[in-house]
Amino acid sequence: MTNAEELICRTRELLKEHPPAGTARLDFLRARFDAGLAWVHYPEGLGGLDAPRSLQAVVDAELEAAGAPDNDPRRIGIGLGMAAPTILRYGTREQRQRYLRPLWTGEEVWCQLFSEPGAGSDLAALGTRAVREDGSSSGTGGAGGGGDWVVNGQKVWTSSAHLARWAILITRTDPDVPKHQGITYFICDMTDPGVEVRPLRQITGEAEFNEVFLTGVRIPDSRRLGAIGDGWRVAQTTLMNERVSIGGMRLPREGGMIGPVARTWRERPGLRTHDLHQRLLKLWVEAEVSRFTAERLRQQLAAGQPGYEGSGMKLAFARLNQEISGLEVELRGEEGLLYDDWTMRRPELVDFTGRDAGYRYLRSKGNSIEGGTSEVLLNIVAERVLGLPPEPRTDKDVAWKDLAR
Amino acid sequence: MTDLLYSEEEEALRAAVRDLLTDHCAPADVIVRTESDAPHDVRLWKTLADGMGLAGLLVPEELGGQGATHREAAVVLEELGRAVAPVPYLTSAVVATEALLECGAGDLLAELASGTTIGVLAVGLHTAPGAGFPVVRLEGGALHGELTAIADATVADVLLVPADDGGLYAVPASATTITAQVSLDLTRPVAHVALEGVRGAHRLGDAEPAVRRALHAAAGLLASEQLGVADWALTETVRYLKERKQFNRPVGGFQALKHRLAQLWLEVVSLRAAARAAADALATGEDTDITVVVAQAYAAPVAVRVTEEALQLHGGIGMTWEHPVHLYLKRAKADSIAYGTAGTHREALAGLTGLQAP
Ligand SMILES: Cc1cc2nc3c(=O)[nH]c(=O)nc-3n(C[C@H](O)[C@H](O)[C@H](O)COP(=O)(O)OP(=O)(O)OC[C@H]3O[C@@H](n4cnc5c(N)ncnc54)[C@H](O)[C@@H]3O)c2cc1C
Repeated sequence: MTNAEELICRTRELLKEHPPAGTARLDFLRARFDAGLAWVHYPEGLGGLDAPRSLQAVVDAELEAAGAPDNDPRRIGIGLGMAAPTILRYGTREQRQRYLRPLWTGEEVWCQLFSEPGAGSDLAALGTRAVREDGSSSGTGGAGGGGDWVVNGQKVWTSSAHLARWAILITRTDPDVPKHQGITYFICDMTDPGVEVRPLRQITGEAEFNEVFLTGVRIPDSRRLGAIGDGWRVAQTTLMNERVSIGGMRLPREGGMIGPVARTWRERPGLRTHDLHQRLLKLWVEAEVSRFTAERLRQQLAAGQPGYEGSGMKLAFARLNQEISGLEVELRGEEGLLYDDWTMRRPELVDFTGRDAGYRYLRSKGNSIEGGTSEVLLNIVAERVLGLPPEPRTDKDVAWKDLAR
Repeated sequence: MTDLLYSEEEEALRAAVRDLLTDHCAPADVIVRTESDAPHDVRLWKTLADGMGLAGLLVPEELGGQGATHREAAVVLEELGRAVAPVPYLTSAVVATEALLECGAGDLLAELASGTTIGVLAVGLHTAPGAGFPVVRLEGGALHGELTAIADATVADVLLVPADDGGLYAVPASATTITAQVSLDLTRPVAHVALEGVRGAHRLGDAEPAVRRALHAAAGLLASEQLGVADWALTETVRYLKERKQFNRPVGGFQALKHRLAQLWLEVVSLRAAARAAADALATGEDTDITVVVAQAYAAPVAVRVTEEALQLHGGIGMTWEHPVHLYLKRAKADSIAYGTAGTHREALAGLTGLQAP
C-alpha cells in the first residue's frame, strides 16, 4: 500500500511535528514508532505500515540526514533481531501490543534464555522444567487449566541478562515425549523473584554474558508464546532470525572490521610488510564480497524470495572478523603486545568493532560459537540447502526422560 | 543501490539459453569435439547468434544489436560457463564488441552483432586491463609481427590488431597465418597469429582506450562465467555424492564431506553476489573500477577451488578423460589467468583504495 514518496512525506511530517533538536530522545523514538516508521514492514499500529521491507532504507536515510536519534540497535540486538520477529509471528494481540513498542525504543532490553549447561548445540535436549501450577499441565495441546507455570532450571551464556527486563525462554513441559516435542516457549520477566543472574567473566576480561538460575519462577500462561509443546517450532523462528541479524547487517564499504585495519595501514606506512599486504588485500576483497552477499540476501528477503544465505552470512561474518582482527594485532607489532583494559565490567553493549585490536581479536572468537557454532551451521547448510543426508541419530524416537545424560 | 537479483526477463533469458545448451551442448559431445580439428562448435554459435540474437546483446539497436546491458550478457555467460560451451561469445560478443564500441566502428559492429562475423581482439588472453600489450609493426603501410595466446583466433573472421603507431586495425583472418597452440583449456583454445606484411588493413581508432575498455568489461563479466563453472561443479558433486555409496551409506552423508560442500556453497553464493555486482556496475557505470577488480580477485580462486574439490570428491572417476569435470577444471584454471590473475587485480585494488604496498 505504501510507496517511497508516501514514506518520505510521512517521515518529514514526523520531523516537523517532533524536531529532533528540540525533542527528547525517547519522545522522538516513541513518536516515530507510533507513526509507523520504526520498522515499516511491521503491521500498522505495531510500529509499521505493512510496507515492503526494502523501503526502510528510504526512511532511515531521511531521518539520518535530519540528525534524528536512532534506537541504538547494537544495544538491543536480541530484542530487535530475535524476540521481535518471534512475537510478531506467534504472539497474541495483547502480547504484540504490550512488548513491541518498548522493545523497539530500547526502553526494555531483552535477553535469550535458550542455552543450558547440558544443551548448547543440541538445544532441544534442554532440561529447564516448566510445570503448570495445578499439576495438570504436562499434557500437550489445549489451553486448559489456567494456573501459572512454575519454572526451575539453569541457563548459561545469557548475553545482557544483567540489563534485561524480559527474556525469551524455552522450557521442557513434557518429558514423556521425544525431545523436540515437549518444549514450550515463554516470555520471562527478569525482575521476578526466583530469577538470579550471575556474571560469567569472559576471555576479554569483562562479563557480557551470565549464568541464570531459575528457581520457582512463576510465569502466567498469558506469557506463553505459541501452543504448549510447540516451542521448538517457535524457537526456529528465533534462531533463523538470529543468524540473519548477526551476519546480514547493512554496512558501507570498509564499514566492518576491515575499516580500522585499512586505516591503520594507510596512516602508518612504517608497519607495512609484504606478507601483511597480501593478507590485507585478500581480506579486503572478501569483506567487500561479503558486503555484496549480505546486500543480496536483503534484496531477496525484500522481494519475498526465500534465502538460505542467512546461515551462510553468519559463517562468513565469523571467519572474516576473526581473520581480520588477527591480522590487525600482528600489523600493530609492538603495540600488538598490549591490551587496552582487562577490568572486569558488565558492559551495556556487545561491541564487535569498538575498542582496540586485541579486544576485537578476542571478542571475535565468540562469533563462530554464539548463535549456533560454525560446525552446526555447516550441517544446516549441507542438509537443508544442499539436501545431503542427515547425521545418523539415536535420539529421535526416544522420550526426553529416557535419553542418556 | 546496486541491484543484485535477477529480473524476470533475465531469468527468462537464462531459461532459453539453458534449454538450448541442454539440447545442443552435452558434455560428452564437447569432449569428443575437443579432440577433433575443430574444437569450436560453430553450429551452436550460429544458433545462439541467429536464433537468439545473443551476439548483439551489447550492441545498440540502431546498429543491429539488442541494446541490452552487461547484466544480460552476464546471465548468458553464466550459462555458457555452466556448459563449458566452446563458442566465441566472450571473445567476440563481449571483448571485440567493446573495443569496436569504443572506436565507433558501426559497420563491423553490426556484422559482429548479427553473428555472421566472428571478431577477436588480438591481445593475449592473459593480459590484465590496464597492463601493457604487444603490438605489431606498421612499416610502409603494411603490418608485420607475431602475437601469441590469442583466444578463439582459429574461428575468427576478423582480428582487431594493435599496432605500434597507437592504432587498432581490423585485419581479415585470411590475411594472417593462424596456428592453434596446444592449450590447457580445450574449450577456449589460444592461437599464434603471424602477420607477414598485411596491406590495406582498416584503422579503427586508438588502440589504448579500446583495449582498456574491452579488457575491463571482459574481467568484470568473466566472473559470471566463473560463477557458471563453479555452480556446475558444486551442483554435480552434490548430486554424485548423494548417490555414490561407500561403507554402506551415501558418502555425501559423512560430515567431513558435508562441511566441505557447505563451505563451497558459501563461496559460490558469495561469488554470485560479486559477479552480479560487477555486471550491474558495468551496466550502470557506477563504482565500476573497484567492483570489477573485487569480482575478479574473488572469482578466480573460488572457481579453481570448487572445480578442484569436485575432482577430488569424485574419486577415480574424476581423474578420467570421459568424465567432464576436467573440462571445468581446465576452464577454471585458464580463467584464473585470463584478463589478469587474482594477484594482479589485488594490486590494482591497492592502487584504487590507497592500500599501497610497503
Ligand atoms: C559470546 C556468546 C554469547 C552467547 N549468548 C547467548 C545468549 O544470549 N543466549 C543463549 O541462549 N545462548 C548464548 N550463547 C550460547 C551459544 O549459543 C552456545 O554456546 C552454542 O550454541 C554452542 O553450544 P555449547 O557452548 O554448549 O557447545 P557444544 O554444543 O558443547 O559444542 C562443543 C563443540 O562441538 C561442536 N559440535 C557440537 N555438535 C556438533 C555436531 N552435530 N557436529 C559437529 N560439531 C558439533 C561445536 O561446534 C563445538 O565446537 C552465547 C555464546 C557465546 C560464545
